[in-house]
Amino acid sequence: MVTAFFSLVGRDLRLAARGGIGSLVVVVFFFIAVALFPLGVGPESALLERVAPGVLWVCALLATMLSLGRMFDEDYEDGSLEVIALGPLPLELVVLAKVLAHWLTTGLPLMIAAPVLAVLLNMSAQGFAVLMISLLLGTPILSLIGSVGAALTVGLRRGGVLISLLVLPLYVPVLIFAVGAVEGAIFGFGERAHLLILAGGFFASLALTPWASAAALKMALE
Amino acid sequence: MARKTKKSGIGIHFFANPARFLRFAKKIFPWVTIIAVACIVAALVLGLAVVPPDYRQGDAYRIIFIHVPSSWMALMIYVIIALSSAAGFIWRHPLADLVAKSSAPIGACFTFISLVTGSLWGEPMWGTWWVWDARVTSMLVLFFLYLGYIALNSAYDDPTKGVRASAILALVGIVNIPIIKFSVDWWNTLHQPATISKLDPPSMDSSMIAPLLLMVVGFIAFYLVVLIIRLRSEIAARRIRNLRLAQVGNQGASG
Repeated sequence: MVTAFFSLVGRDLRLAARGGIGSLVVVVFFFIAVALFPLGVGPESALLERVAPGVLWVCALLATMLSLGRMFDEDYEDGSLEVIALGPLPLELVVLAKVLAHWLTTGLPLMIAAPVLAVLLNMSAQGFAVLMISLLLGTPILSLIGSVGAALTVGLRRGGVLISLLVLPLYVPVLIFAVGAVEGAIFGFGERAHLLILAGGFFASLALTPWASAAALKMALE
Repeated sequence: MARKTKKSGIGIHFFANPARFLRFAKKIFPWVTIIAVACIVAALVLGLAVVPPDYRQGDAYRIIFIHVPSSWMALMIYVIIALSSAAGFIWRHPLADLVAKSSAPIGACFTFISLVTGSLWGEPMWGTWWVWDARVTSMLVLFFLYLGYIALNSAYDDPTKGVRASAILALVGIVNIPIIKFSVDWWNTLHQPATISKLDPPSMDSSMIAPLLLMVVGFIAFYLVVLIIRLRSEIAARRIRNLRLAQVGNQGASG
């Protein structure tokens, strides 16, 4: 079971590495989206410093959402999802493997890019450590909740637009607590509570979302 | 198909038979219509004409007789959707599926009414059409959840699949609603504590509570009226679809 799980993760990572530019596009999108904000709201460094945590998190969220379509769609189209579903791994663990691969190709690159962008946005230095922790806890939640949206829209023609409508309302708490943690660190009213809630959210979604995604995939494969 | 299995006995499976439900609906339909019309008219007359104006807010407060009941309905209908989605998912209960599907647009309308009336009330009272405070924001998120539910429901060509998929979404959503509520509350208390005090429910005179409660009863009855109409048309549409499929099947067999 463990071998099957990690071979599935390894397969997805190899596909992502060879098949092209997936992770790179996500990171480039992240950069461009963040770069739009100084153009939109003006380049005053005080203003950018104030909005930096929120801007970074909103853009990370959008970048994650854009890449969700990849999670199951390609495997569904070429039929390998059915083969995987027939294999020894329960569908819930298949979902978890897919989520892990998605996070390694999306969340992790975003985490690496985030501090650079934080410097560009002139974010206060006290916030950096907490920004990284909040991304470490928060981006897996985005991938986990996103897997539900991806599984629900698998095989749908208009899935790409629909997925944002399904997933973004559910992302609201992650955004609020993550930005709350970073701002708590910057303005000195403490980040601990927000990070603990974020960690709780991570474990809750780790425990619950694979069931929903697996149910949705089962329905799609019927 | 397992979905069509008829279960005998009473309780949750009693109305699994659409024909039995239709007979029951036919019986109660005139009554709920009368209750809906009577309660809403009475509440409007009481609320708009009889109850005295508020000493501080003047006549503008009268919008709460629409605003508050529709907010309650918005939340209640989402819970109904989630519960009937669960019933549809666990027991493959055909009527529960249809109830969930048919309730969604009604709930979305109530959410929209609640947002619009709140905004209309906010302009004279708070001096702004829109405030990003906890309740308004979580109501807006609820509205988007409704829209996502409806969109997912209609995205599938096969209606039973659409119902199944959106049932999963509704169940994920109901887990998230308290989380969204709390997160938005938290977010708000950190940054703009002033708005919370504005939102404290004003202590009401008992003469103002009567139209409010009447309106709630009226809205619930109205919801049932619309729900029954929608369920009837859903059942009819499903029957037509099955007849057409049978027809095509017969042609295929003979041809």
